[in-house]
Amino acid sequence: MNSAIPLFHFLVVAAALFSLGLAVAVTKRNVIGILIGLELMLNAVNLNLIAFSRHDPVLLRGQLFALFVIVVAAAEVTVALAIVLRVYHHYGSIDPDETKELRG
Amino acid sequence: MSTELIIFYFFAALALGSGVFILLTRNLMYAAFALFLALLGVAALFVLAGADFLAVAQLMVYVGGILVLLIFGIMLTRTADPEATSQTPNRVLVALGRKFWGVVVSLGLFIVLFLVIVQANFALVGDTLNSRSTIRTLGVELMTTHLLPFEIAGILLLVALVGAAYLAMNRNFDPTE
Repeated sequence: MNSAIPLFHFLVVAAALFSLGLAVAVTKRNVIGILIGLELMLNAVNLNLIAFSRHDPVLLRGQLFALFVIVVAAAEVTVALAIVLRVYHHYGSIDPDETKELRG
Repeated sequence: MSTELIIFYFFAALALGSGVFILLTRNLMYAAFALFLALLGVAALFVLAGADFLAVAQLMVYVGGILVLLIFGIMLTRTADPEATSQTPNRVLVALGRKFWGVVVSLGLFIVLFLVIVQANFALVGDTLNSRSTIRTLGVELMTTHLLPFEIAGILLLVALVGAAYLAMNRNFDPTE
């Protein structure tokens, strides 16, 4: 079966999604908003990997890599949220612009 | 235009529209729910690219795990609105900053990426994925060639979960309060 969707479409959608994620991560003044932008960027990268993996049907290396990216993203979010909770208890805010002091 | 292409455009529009909504909304709760739609659209694009198992994994890990964690984080770190009752909708407002440079940088990045993609001439050799399921290939590959990364990923998850549980523990707990 030859897929009707050209590779170009996937790459453009992934590039747009990555740029949107970057814009979200830069503009939101909230750590959880930044995490949401990061998830969008990771998804865009996964989309690229899977789109290229279509042309590697025997080994599927791109899909395997995307699987590991999902695993690392899950680990990253759990640790990040734990740190966010500690920061919130300490500073009373999770605005990255307001957490300036590193003093314990 | 084939049906597959129309479905592709629909789900791509869903994912990108949700991304734009996340960028524009000030309510973090709505951003989290829009992230759900974006993840759903990306999962559908995975299916269209022939990655059925990864689409299911995406839905289970992201929607079932990461999104729930994010919403928990939003609820645990919000400052309570004194006028809110159980009838008012959840408004977790977040300030937006650096709008100009954020938009400029990401728009510039998109233009650069788009030009690169247009000019790139990918020489794609070999046949494309046929319609059979990818689960068998993925399972065999994970258990043979990629066994070591697989085990390391398992240990990484264990370490991350134990570390997160330890970090999130309330160490300032005062029993006299």
